[in-house]
Amino acid sequence: MITCLKNGRLYDPAQQKNGVLEDIYIAQGRIVAKPSDPSKVTKTFDLSGKIVMAGAIDMHSHIGGGKINIARMMLPEFQESKQYSEPEAHICTPNCSHHATPNTTDTGFRYIEMGYTAAFEPALMPINARQAHLEMADTPMIDKGGYAMLGNDDYFLRMLASKKDQKSINDYVAWILHSTQSIGIKVVNPGGINAFKFNQRKLDLDENNRHYQISPREILKSLSRAVHELGIAKPLHVHCNNLGAAGNFETTLNTMNASDGLPMHLTHIQFHSYGTEGDKKFSSAAAQISEALNKNKHITADVGQILFGQTVTASGDSMMQQLNAKHANPKKSVLMDIECDAGCGVLPFKYRDQNYVNALQWAIGLELFLSVEDPWRIFLTTDHPNGAPFTSYPHLIRLLMDKSFRNEAFAKLNLDAQAMSNLTSLNREYSLYEIAIMTRAGAAKLIGLNDRGHLGVGAGADITVYTDQADREAMFAKPDYVFKDGELVVKDGKVVKVVWGTTHTTKPAFDIRVEKDLKDYFNRYHTMQLDSVKIHADEISSDGRGSINVHQNKQVSH
Amino acid sequence: MAELHLMKSSNKPTLPITHCCPACGLLCDDLVLTSTSPLNIKNACTKSISFYNSAWLTNSNTPRIAGKASDFNTAIQAAADILRASNQPLFAGLGTEVQGMRAIVALAKKTHATLDHMHSESTVANTLTIQHSGWQTTTLTEVKNRADVILAIGTDIVSSHPRFFEKLVWNEHSLFDKPRPEIIYLAVPKHLSADNLKAGISPAGKAPTVIAADTAKLPEIISALNALMNNKKITENQVAGITIEALQSILDTLKAAQYAVIIWSASNFQYAHAELTVQSITHLIAKLNENTRVAGLPLNAGDGDTSVNNTSTWLSGYPTRSRFFADQASYDAHHFSSNQQLNKCDALLWVSSFNTQQPTCDAPTIVIGHPNMQFDIVPAVFIPVGIPGVDHTGSMFRMDSSVVMPLKQLRENQLPSLSEVVLQIEALLT
Repeated sequence: MITCLKNGRLYDPAQQKNGVLEDIYIAQGRIVAKPSDPSKVTKTFDLSGKIVMAGAIDMHSHIGGGKINIARMMLPEFQESKQYSEPEAHICTPNCSHHATPNTTDTGFRYIEMGYTAAFEPALMPINARQAHLEMADTPMIDKGGYAMLGNDDYFLRMLASKKDQKSINDYVAWILHSTQSIGIKVVNPGGINAFKFNQRKLDLDENNRHYQISPREILKSLSRAVHELGIAKPLHVHCNNLGAAGNFETTLNTMNASDGLPMHLTHIQFHSYGTEGDKKFSSAAAQISEALNKNKHITADVGQILFGQTVTASGDSMMQQLNAKHANPKKSVLMDIECDAGCGVLPFKYRDQNYVNALQWAIGLELFLSVEDPWRIFLTTDHPNGAPFTSYPHLIRLLMDKSFRNEAFAKLNLDAQAMSNLTSLNREYSLYEIAIMTRAGAAKLIGLNDRGHLGVGAGADITVYTDQADREAMFAKPDYVFKDGELVVKDGKVVKVVWGTTHTTKPAFDIRVEKDLKDYFNRYHTMQLDSVKIHADEISSDGRGSINVHQNKQVSH
Repeated sequence: MAELHLMKSSNKPTLPITHCCPACGLLCDDLVLTSTSPLNIKNACTKSISFYNSAWLTNSNTPRIAGKASDFNTAIQAAADILRASNQPLFAGLGTEVQGMRAIVALAKKTHATLDHMHSESTVANTLTIQHSGWQTTTLTEVKNRADVILAIGTDIVSSHPRFFEKLVWNEHSLFDKPRPEIIYLAVPKHLSADNLKAGISPAGKAPTVIAADTAKLPEIISALNALMNNKKITENQVAGITIEALQSILDTLKAAQYAVIIWSASNFQYAHAELTVQSITHLIAKLNENTRVAGLPLNAGDGDTSVNNTSTWLSGYPTRSRFFADQASYDAHHFSSNQQLNKCDALLWVSSFNTQQPTCDAPTIVIGHPNMQFDIVPAVFIPVGIPGVDHTGSMFRMDSSVVMPLKQLRENQLPSLSEVVLQIEALLT
């Protein structure tokens, strides 16, 4: 039983294949070498004139867990446009609000229909991990995974404050990865969510959390070192301090130095690239940020592009969301302090092209995309749903690949914002090869998914086939075929078979004695026992749909 | 028809077994079952004792059709027949956990059902508040470690959540060496035992502040607090029998706190538009947070209400009081209530797996629930199922929605789980 995808044009950056005409063979869910006996090929797809890429990987998308469910509960009105029929139906676009808070089935379907075969929840709160996995288990079609949030939990901050050695910290971080079934570690507003519980309203990189007398820089240093020494492929995922604040680009620049040269990933960097120039004291610092990104090879980033329309912002950053609550549109917000672990802030937001700040945010994101030189170190995200729903990716890809389309959109923006952006002077147009790096090869490499994001022999057969079209939005919105683990699951942009995907995790070795102190801590200070925190693999796999895929750590030389 | 496989494989738990109790929203997981005859459980509260006693009274695992004993296959077939003939079924009660609710939603999609939970009258007051203006809340571990002031509005807390003070207020250890919390009760319902307020006496003997007032007057009491908070002049000397000085004193205590927690139980707000009271409380919390830290903590009503609401929301996009039709869900917090739908539906599926609560409905009724159910009105079909956390494992949301607890199986018996039964019914409707 071998399937042949014949005569496709391959964009496979992991193997430096840039538009090469080549056949692909699939057997038992994997890409295999050309069979010596051609009669073993039982099915052939003629892909003449088609573009072939690996399935796309969204390395940062809020698809599961408490925050998004709060957003759904808070915004039933978002679902209404989903049910429109003509004459209203045409107003429903990929940027429509119901895509901001899709239910779990729609999440999986909309991703696979665009040729995405995996998405990673970037803010899985350890204490809430079971909910995140339950939701991801109900998300069909795609592979899933999560980055566990640390750095605001009182357990970790107590360790830092009492100067516990790095090995103890590493053991705790590894224990968190195991017990939450995650593949990476995330830190949100390092120390800030915790400081907000002590009524601090703002925390700079070198400012101390009042209670612990610990700065965000120390947290970043400790966690990035733990991630590095444990040999986890995914660098520490960092949501910097001061999200959204005018002038925050300096915090972002300084954060790049906080890990002493160890790898870090700065997420939704658009929200952290703001200056204070101009009459409105809000300006683009994309030039400074991209220059620093170009220079600092140990840093990767995803953009968190905003696109205009109604969405909702769902963040672990309760400190900054408390400040943003006055901008909520419609005017409502849910803010939570959670379990001495972290927090969250959920508020609806409407980005408008005639609003100076919003228009400039849009331009800043694109300036970053076009000014960062290495596509292996910058990733295509909207921080779904915070900047825009993930369904708007095809539109974003067109903005990157089509200069005249981009400039036409720019010309419609708030005029003051236009005057403050150099976007039209940036002539770059992304190539298909570069898009494949950003959305496939680069993302897989970053997370450590060795058998995904490429089309080489041995890879999982997650494959997307497009018709080459001048309108890149139309092209990326509706693939001809999507194969998930070798099975044809989408045809002409519609799901033809439901599958469930796997959950990607990593499980570095650690000293199990870490549980002794944790157990005592939970008994004293928590409201559940340590055993209840741990997610067992069979909780994910026992329903007959889910499975766990444990990825090897990279080799590290100390 | 496929043969049913409802018999469970041998999975006899070994005693003693530490486990999580689903009897209230605290989901305490430090209970230890040490023996089953006589039933002996360490750390059990009044509520859990009555829950486990009722569970261990169980001796019936016989389905019934119109009151007559049946086997599972026939009962499931009869339930499927009722749903097949129905155009507008109501699925109510919904006393279950996450796994059960997943199956219920799948069946609802297939049968165009309307969904509502038995305690939604109180849940909805909170949900509407989130939908109208949002709120600022906290969770149990934060309360345990940070709260230095607790204001309980219209609730004694312990009648619905018995171990609240023991576990979260008078705890010996806390992370930040905070003082013992100051306790204020405001307008606790008079039908609750006055003894319940003794839970608010500190271990050192410090009595709580008790401000008595009619619970039904809370709308004006909270409005007065908001007026004072916003420096609006109140011309009256008292509101609902409470002096302005006393109200101002509550406010001053909240403002002076390091971390104040305001607790309410919407199920005690027994008047129309209770959501406006909840909203008024959350406005007060939001205003206080402009300068200091204050957080709300809504108490749930129980029977899996938080689990059902969350699961429904991620599966369909909507919390309960929802309806499925032609692959689309819709939501109406008023029209899709059990009260509205009980006399409009043409079939009722009532689910109650934690307790023996029974429905009253003229339409053909299927009951899937607690094996001890005794009926005043005999339903068309009764299928006894296992009790989550006793007869089978499960996943349950705690009252604060932030933690999902694993429920264990404590004993072996022949009862299928709700989800097994519902999946079999669904399979017959294909």
